[in-house]
Amino acid sequence: MQEFFQQIINGLALGSIYALIALGYTMVYGILKMINFAHGDLYMLSAITGYYAAHALHVHEQSSTFGFISVFLISVAVSTLAGLLIERIAYRPLRQAPRLSLLITAIGISLFLEFGGQVVFGPDPKLFPPLIQVATLWQWGGLVITNIQILILAVTGLLLLCLWWTIHHTRMGKAMRAVAFNLDAAQLMGIHPDRIIAFTFAVGSALAGAAGILVGISIPKIEPLMGIMPGLKAFVAAVLGGIGNITGAVVGGLFIGLAETLIVGYTVSTYRDAIAFIILILILLIRPTGLLGSGEREKV
Amino acid sequence: MIKKFIFSACILVLLISAEFLLSRWINAYHYQLLLNIGINAILAVSLNLLNGFTGQFSLGHAGFMAIGAYASAAITYYGGPLLEPWLGTALLARLILFIFALLWAMGLAGLAGLLVGIPTLRLRGDYLAVATLGFGEIIRVVILNLDFVGGARGFSVLVEHELRSLAIIMGFLVLTVIVIGRIVYSPYGYGFRAIHNDELAANVLGIHTTRLKTSAFVISAVFAGLAGFLFAHSQGYVHTNSFTFLKSFEIVAMVILGGMGSITGSILAATLLTLLPEWLRGLPEAVRQFGEFRMVIYALLLIVLMRFRPQGLLGFREWNWDSITQGIRMIKRIGVKT
Repeated sequence: MQEFFQQIINGLALGSIYALIALGYTMVYGILKMINFAHGDLYMLSAITGYYAAHALHVHEQSSTFGFISVFLISVAVSTLAGLLIERIAYRPLRQAPRLSLLITAIGISLFLEFGGQVVFGPDPKLFPPLIQVATLWQWGGLVITNIQILILAVTGLLLLCLWWTIHHTRMGKAMRAVAFNLDAAQLMGIHPDRIIAFTFAVGSALAGAAGILVGISIPKIEPLMGIMPGLKAFVAAVLGGIGNITGAVVGGLFIGLAETLIVGYTVSTYRDAIAFIILILILLIRPTGLLGSGEREKV
Repeated sequence: MIKKFIFSACILVLLISAEFLLSRWINAYHYQLLLNIGINAILAVSLNLLNGFTGQFSLGHAGFMAIGAYASAAITYYGGPLLEPWLGTALLARLILFIFALLWAMGLAGLAGLLVGIPTLRLRGDYLAVATLGFGEIIRVVILNLDFVGGARGFSVLVEHELRSLAIIMGFLVLTVIVIGRIVYSPYGYGFRAIHNDELAANVLGIHTTRLKTSAFVISAVFAGLAGFLFAHSQGYVHTNSFTFLKSFEIVAMVILGGMGSITGSILAATLLTLLPEWLRGLPEAVRQFGEFRMVIYALLLIVLMRFRPQGLLGFREWNWDSITQGIRMIKRIGVKT
């Protein structure tokens, strides 16, 4: 039983990382109806930026709150900028192009970040600096909760709260919802779609950036291809929750994290990467709109 | 009829003489490159039927190739010793084994294509891409966990069953081109392109879109299985790492570069992109030592193509002698006028 609870806690920590990335997918899909394949790589970019930033600030040897916060902010800023840049350079010129072109471009950007990352960073995994010392906060028998797990859950919760507030209580959020609802009508009401889309990319990229640092401190092995699998799993999470739906992305992320941890914990671990895809295919077959989605199904 | 017979005889003679001449004249490295070009061209042409002509953007082609490779390798590995008491190790016995392995590979890959094609029928665009990518990865992970084909250790084909022959691979490429060309440029095959252009309109016009989409999946998977068979038996060793989604992306890049809807374009692009990493060997050491630089080039290629030439090199056209003579005639005509 203790092991089960331990798996639940580990699953929640992993799931909240997926949830943070899934939010970016779901927001961009909600507005542009495209899967931003490069989104998972922004998360990688943030972790790698964190690695360099920690070395540049000389906080990589000793853990300190100042080090963590400054590295966190730098990485989030860099991934936000990268997200904006990708949108501006690659996606905006293709706004009127067929959706397939957009998809192929997104794959291209993703491959570019991954393998360009290899050229810059080197293909071998490196150790993310221990910005925060792992410490056990609570322990009941075999059940262990570390400070990093709590930190992940707390930061995720805080960011979600900020996101919720932005979307529901600011003018920008209102405009975002309007553009997601109907881009043409929103434009007629005087909303600049380009500005809103850029803002959406910025927010999504910032969340992915936060996820990158959180993963860096909890699983400190980073490499340029680390974004592929979490990116795909977060996409599955977004579909599972109902793509375009913010709450759905969070629910989906937590679900995927829990499912993965539990299944790997109790059966064979070599199937780890297939689990998310099996969930994806089941969801697309049984309920393509996702758990919380209400949109119309694409049909002929 | 006579003309066709002469044509196929010419191809046969050409292939056999090329085999004999090339295997003596050029070194093993260039020979291997030619083999790779042949296999990649088969993959690109078969994926073009699905991604290009039918417009069903699939990212799981490496999965079907993996099925073909492993299925045929298992047949020759386990079947060879099994058949030996009856047939011996003579050429005929090996031939029978190869034919059986080939049919098994193509059949099993086709079955997988059917199993992937049916549930993904209602998906389109981005969803289809991710779902097929998922299927490809599931296939790979399942193979990785099958112990009788080596699992994570990889799987070796018995040495006497290696099939390193340019003539055979190029012969199969010709076969693939003929079959797929015949299909897509037949009245039946116009249905594929109709689906690409507008699925709803095609449906209204009485084209059985469901059946055509499924058959596109199956046919392209069958030829991916063929490529897998050739890959396994020309390399002599297969590992699941050769069939990750990066391999699928590579094939997709070939299809896009050549033109989605151009068989000759796919062959051209497969040749270019297979040779590309070899040209990159000329780059300075400082750039080359880091990871797979060719993937960066593929990535830039995709981005730039989509921005400036989304239809690829050849678009929907085929390269043929007629268009060249036509071009020359046109230049002459313009020359006369001015």
